[in-house]
Amino acid sequence: MKLRSILLLLSLVLAWPLAAADYTLLNVSYDPTRELYDEVNKAFAAQWAAENGGSVRIRQSHGGSGKQARSVIDGLKADVVTLALAYDIDEIANRAQLLAPDWQKRLPDNSAPYYSTIVFLVRKGNPKAIRDWEDLAKPGVAVITPNPKTSGGARWNYLAAWQYGLEKYGSESAALDFLTRIFRNVPVLDSGARGSLTTFVQRGLGDVLLAWENEAFLAVEELGKGEFEIVVPSVSILAEPPIAVVDKIVDERGTRAVAEAYLKFLYTEAGQELIAKHHYRPRDPETAARFRHRYPDLRLYRIGLELPSWSDAHARHFANGSSLDQVLANARP
Amino acid sequence: MKAVLAWASPVQRPISILRGFRLTLGLSLVWLAVIVLLPLSAVFVRGFDEGWRHFAEVAFSARAWAAYQLSFGAALLAAAINAVLGLLLAYVLVRRRFPGRALVDALVDLPIALPTAVAGIALSALHAQNGWIGQWLAPLGLDLAFSPAGVVLALVFIGLPFVVRTLQPVLEDLGRSQEEAALSLGASRVRVFLRVVLPAIAPAWLTGVGLAFARAVGEYGSVIFIAGNMPYRSEIAPLLIVIQLEQYDYAGAAAIAVVMLVLSFLLLLGINALQAWQRRRQEGVA
Repeated sequence: MKLRSILLLLSLVLAWPLAAADYTLLNVSYDPTRELYDEVNKAFAAQWAAENGGSVRIRQSHGGSGKQARSVIDGLKADVVTLALAYDIDEIANRAQLLAPDWQKRLPDNSAPYYSTIVFLVRKGNPKAIRDWEDLAKPGVAVITPNPKTSGGARWNYLAAWQYGLEKYGSESAALDFLTRIFRNVPVLDSGARGSLTTFVQRGLGDVLLAWENEAFLAVEELGKGEFEIVVPSVSILAEPPIAVVDKIVDERGTRAVAEAYLKFLYTEAGQELIAKHHYRPRDPETAARFRHRYPDLRLYRIGLELPSWSDAHARHFANGSSLDQVLANARP
Repeated sequence: MKAVLAWASPVQRPISILRGFRLTLGLSLVWLAVIVLLPLSAVFVRGFDEGWRHFAEVAFSARAWAAYQLSFGAALLAAAINAVLGLLLAYVLVRRRFPGRALVDALVDLPIALPTAVAGIALSALHAQNGWIGQWLAPLGLDLAFSPAGVVLALVFIGLPFVVRTLQPVLEDLGRSQEEAALSLGASRVRVFLRVVLPAIAPAWLTGVGLAFARAVGEYGSVIFIAGNMPYRSEIAPLLIVIQLEQYDYAGAAAIAVVMLVLSFLLLLGINALQAWQRRRQEGVA
């Protein structure tokens, strides 16, 4: 405690010439959150300047969630991480000890200020008549998904498909076979969700994109008005993309206060409003009620309920020699 | 070494601006060790971090084999295509005078200067089913983007300058007089090319093709945008390395790198041997 106060004093003295401190933060995030954080950063910077004086500039880095986590483990100085799934932040905590193992309990709602799910994006008129997960396995349907080894979104949609196969066909081997048939229909594996969206929308490849709900909305409303339709499957997965302050980095850089304020901002009314505007599902009941008409109700599988915990899910499905590797090997031409 | 001695012996010791043979040799070897050998040996050590079994499991898995086949096969094919078209381009640039020649000459370097990702995105945009070129080829069943053919396409693009740039100075030095003499003595054009031009440019040609090949084997940035990246089908070995890294398997990534290193080294050694053989033969003729 004493050391910390001395350090604080020292940093205050050192920062003195800068008057009210100017901060920069690095937010290392997953692929599709560019637009969300563009706006959140501006709104937060304005609020911070009004309340504390001084400026805060937030830099963003985006990419496949697993890839981003590895960059942080390898030394990218992220003040905050906002990734696609808890496992990736767990890895940062376990492998590099950059934050406390119980990081997920520090903020409300499992440290996920919003949730989302996986839906299907199809071409106008849904020419291949894709309604549910089983249609993805039909011969002649080209399915676009990012690589589950690198992309958080892809891991969510892989798990959703797996659980669907397990429930529908009754056994693990049948689920494996179901996934194999789906992956036989995949012509391209991009490393992140945004890459897949580009492949589907700009390159015109594939009949169906397994997409984050927010990415699907982005495609329908902004990228190609009238060219795409969203298909909501009978069941999907509760995806909770969590956020955390990276303890070691913020203490080293002296940015803890502003980094924590930044993350808390996401839970405020203003933050939740922006979240809903960018088609993520807000946690705040009032905001959620206002945007309710946009989000269809559907059954969602939950990690820790129908699905195992992330560390189990990772070992069984995504590690070396796991179900995904088997599926890819079986699906080869 | 051999070449240096052979060069030095018939004439009296050549006057060199570089003094102190041992010092310069020592310096250059140390430099080579620090810049090239040290990082490569680190890769070797890393590759066996988790033992032989793990090494073999990752480096010789069916998926890895498929990736080596694609990487080396596509690189060889691309180098072969560049060997022919690069020679043609270099010949035209040196021997023909046409409007816009300086512009074409400058264009040749572009694939080196361009960030490879830009090249990959441009190529995949062109050749996707809805791209400028792809929309015409797709109905013919020629899907270049997101297939192994796309890999070759990207590698041809990035390899071209190496062949052209190594051939150009040699062709310029060659001059026309020998060709003209041979033609005037009644040799056919093909014969002149095979017996006069080719022997003179062969070493540089092989060097260029070797460089283009080496560059292509390691290429990552441009290929991943056009390859499709499906395991067993269109996944190149460098991508497999990145995928290993992304699942925190550093030893596995290094293991694949070791196999690539050894294969590349053997192939480059082969190209060098071919060059040496060719040079000896030529000296024998002369």
